[in-house]
Amino acid sequence: MNTDLPKIAEIAGDEDSDEKSRTFLFNEEGHTLGNALRCVIASYPDVTFCGYTVPHPAETKMHFRIQTSGPRAIEILQRGLKDLEKMCDHTLEKFEEAVLTYKTEQMST
Amino acid sequence: MKSDAKMDNLFILAEDVVKTAPTNSVTLDLPTYKEKLQVKIMKLNHPEMEFDIIGINPALINAFRRILISDVPTMAIEKVTMHQNKTVIQDEVLAHRLGLIPLKANPKLFQYRLMGDQTGTDRDSLHYSLHIKCTKNPLCRAGHYRPEDLYVNHQVLSSDIKWVPIGGQSRLYKEEDVGPVYDDILIAKMRPGHELHVTMVAVKSCGRDHAKFSPVGTASYRLLPYIKLQEDVEGEDAKTLQRCFSAGVISLEERKGKTFAKVENPRIDMCSRNVLNEPHLKNKVILGRVKDHYIFTIESTVGTPPDELFKEAVKIMKKKCVDALAETKKFASRS
Repeated sequence: MNTDLPKIAEIAGDEDSDEKSRTFLFNEEGHTLGNALRCVIASYPDVTFCGYTVPHPAETKMHFRIQTSGPRAIEILQRGLKDLEKMCDHTLEKFEEAVLTYKTEQMST
Repeated sequence: MKSDAKMDNLFILAEDVVKTAPTNSVTLDLPTYKEKLQVKIMKLNHPEMEFDIIGINPALINAFRRILISDVPTMAIEKVTMHQNKTVIQDEVLAHRLGLIPLKANPKLFQYRLMGDQTGTDRDSLHYSLHIKCTKNPLCRAGHYRPEDLYVNHQVLSSDIKWVPIGGQSRLYKEEDVGPVYDDILIAKMRPGHELHVTMVAVKSCGRDHAKFSPVGTASYRLLPYIKLQEDVEGEDAKTLQRCFSAGVISLEERKGKTFAKVENPRIDMCSRNVLNEPHLKNKVILGRVKDHYIFTIESTVGTPPDELFKEAVKIMKKKCVDALAETKKFASRS
């Protein structure tokens, strides 16, 4: 693990796209975050394209591409991460509720 | 059972094609997710649990599965010092076997050892020792030929591993909180004259580092099977139909002196699709899977119960998002 490396960087080549298209590089991330985040971001109406790739299986790097029809790509990325975080919160809440229900049911029988 | 479930909520497993309605299942938005998510625990005991999670997207549930396998931390033996090994098992094989022994120690109470730290402290390491010698049993009577009668300590078991507290650990933990999860794991077999003396150090890490740190035997999900009879199946055909599915899926019921087949419990079907081998039956049945109904199974191999492991996985996923968000802010201020 190289701690000197920034966790998120930007891949060159989109400088003239008015910040609407960007490819972000995530260090120390892979399919786990990549695919889930892609699903969330692809559901936004402003996003024209969203995709991710892990270019080499031996490197823990993930490329994440966002193209939008207006908003800045970085804002879309931040919004996606926030929504995914809320989804985790909601999942945890529902799961804890279900465990509690199950345990009370077990105790009463 | 949703017998009248809408067809667009299904993958239809036809004879040579999987048919699916063109609904949007590759994206996931927050309001729909919050509205549709349902969780129901079906079974929960210590090593195993099974729960239904409905209304979730494959990408998200797969993320949880991947995290359970490779990102939830546990404690496992990492360093082994061989003081004496006279057994027939080679040092490196023995060290590997010791590493795979699951420990009860709660990883939340420990820290990760820093990169390059060779010694460790009482906050990030657990020390164990194993000192055992095989001898002839002096009390063995003539005519006894079983190894357990002939010898003392003819096998090394995980219960022979003794915890050695370091620093302030003896005040914080008890032997039964940090020892091996199972007492009867066979480590080596010995004969008189064989001796084993090793000391071990356990550290905290996750499955990505080495599979021995993975807290689950398996974490997997499958879609709920869907079986629907389009017309009545009676008599001998009903029995044939019953044999095409796993036991308990199809039941037979008597009506007006005739035997009819009834879909009893599609959940336990293995989805063998054997019914498609019966030309006169295959058009009477619709086979499918409910698209967003996942049956998630977790088997814990460590001291932590499986529901705690799942909660931990969701928290790790959340942490990934929070950390990445903080990084994007740093990144935005950099550029």
